[in-house]
Amino acid sequence: MAEIRAEMVANVWKVVTAEGEQVSDGDTLVILESMKMEIPVLAEDPGTVTKLAVAEGDVVQEGDLIAIIE
Amino acid sequence: MVESGLIESVLVANRGEIARRVLRTARRLGIRSVAVYSEADADLPFVREADEAVLVGPAPPAQSYLDQAAIIGAAQRTGVRAIHPGYGFLSEHPEFAARTEAAGLIWVGPPPVAIELMGDKINARNLMAEAGVPVAAGTVEPVTSADQAVAAAAAIGYPVMVKAAAGGGGIGMSAAAGDAELRAAFETARSRAERFFGSPAILLERYLSPARHVEVQILGLASGRVLALGERDCSVQRRHQKVAEETPSPGISPALRGQMLAAAVRAGEVVGYRGAGTVEFLVDVRTGGFVFLEMNTRLQVEHPITEQVTGIDLVEQQLRIAGRGEVSFAGEAVEQQGHAVELRVYAEDPSRFLPSPGTISEWAEPAGPGIRVDAGYCVGNQVTMFYDPLLAKLCVHGATRDAALARARAAVADFRIAGVRTNLPFHADLLDSTEFSSGAYDTSVVGRLRP
Repeated sequence: MAEIRAEMVANVWKVVTAEGEQVSDGDTLVILESMKMEIPVLAEDPGTVTKLAVAEGDVVQEGDLIAIIE
Repeated sequence: MVESGLIESVLVANRGEIARRVLRTARRLGIRSVAVYSEADADLPFVREADEAVLVGPAPPAQSYLDQAAIIGAAQRTGVRAIHPGYGFLSEHPEFAARTEAAGLIWVGPPPVAIELMGDKINARNLMAEAGVPVAAGTVEPVTSADQAVAAAAAIGYPVMVKAAAGGGGIGMSAAAGDAELRAAFETARSRAERFFGSPAILLERYLSPARHVEVQILGLASGRVLALGERDCSVQRRHQKVAEETPSPGISPALRGQMLAAAVRAGEVVGYRGAGTVEFLVDVRTGGFVFLEMNTRLQVEHPITEQVTGIDLVEQQLRIAGRGEVSFAGEAVEQQGHAVELRVYAEDPSRFLPSPGTISEWAEPAGPGIRVDAGYCVGNQVTMFYDPLLAKLCVHGATRDAALARARAAVADFRIAGVRTNLPFHADLLDSTEFSSGAYDTSVVGRLRP
């Protein structure tokens, strides 16, 4: 199981994946936006997205959970 | 007391380091100043350094620094004569410039029509080509589909650069070397263009590589005459955004410099330019040829290095020209003295360049001969996610390039910032690299330093 967490305070611009989806290593899960920069959050291992903790427009703090991949 | 003929009061419609920088010149000239700020910026130095400060809205730019009615309202309530837009935000919105003038205020910038002509990159390219300024092979009309893009690329020849026609700041820009890559680049560019610039228009241009990014500072005088105040080399970029700049450019010959300065003056004349502007070019490292890239119709972020080598305060000239006055120097007598380099200090990690918002717990600027720091923040300030990551510009002047770089190395080592990560360690690596210190670098230098 891999927990994907936010590396910095940011706005959730786009949610690319959905709960139950199969993802591969390197797939984009969500795209964050902070300081006029888009930051894609990628899957680090292949698996299934069992939890998606954010929605578009949410603000995440550093360390907040974004998704769980199993 | 303000000198007669000079604007007596100005509102600065910006934030951070550039607001502070404009306010500094206003204060020196005895011009009454008004700052506007968002709820997130109440504690920043620029707010207390203005004679008066007006809260214009919440943190998101759309509700504060981009709120045209709120800013013009603040100018009217405080009774100022003029609005200085800085860079970014509303500085290149022809509509805002026109609204400012319609409200009876002086716009410290070029005529709105010049902003409009240069704001659309397709239009600007066509206009420059007509005027005899070299442009890269590219599309003369907006590209509206991926299929059209592929057809256009076949005529232009790969690699091509895909950009938003209304864009800036490198957002949505990417290079493509083949059809599949181009289709992906087109879709990315189009979604970014709509979201960031409110226009889906896309253009394709032949991508030059290796290339240097060299720009010319121009100043359109009240008389209509356009002066060129030397060039700046801005080839050190990450994600198509500048990180370090220097003047003079170590990569162009005197003959090429002369041609580029003349082309920049021509560009300014074609659009009836007034005030400070920058004409950007790409120089093909292999052939030594150059092409027009775009024109920025406002004060440029990296203007301080031009000020350091010429001794001219560009903001003062902007204010004088906006007031229909004379500039403070003789156009014929401008000479560059020595060499200057600007290092942009960003709140970002120094290896992957990812944003690093936070609270500044330590801030100690370097000082000494030839060192100028234009900073937007001080200790205790919060660096939020709402605005760009520029914390400060470390500008260093020396009698020669080597002397300037030696001073810059020491200044980077002396600059202490804690609480947010910064790219200062990257600047240390850049200054120590043989590629940068030799002067023989191009726009891919950052990628080679951070593979």
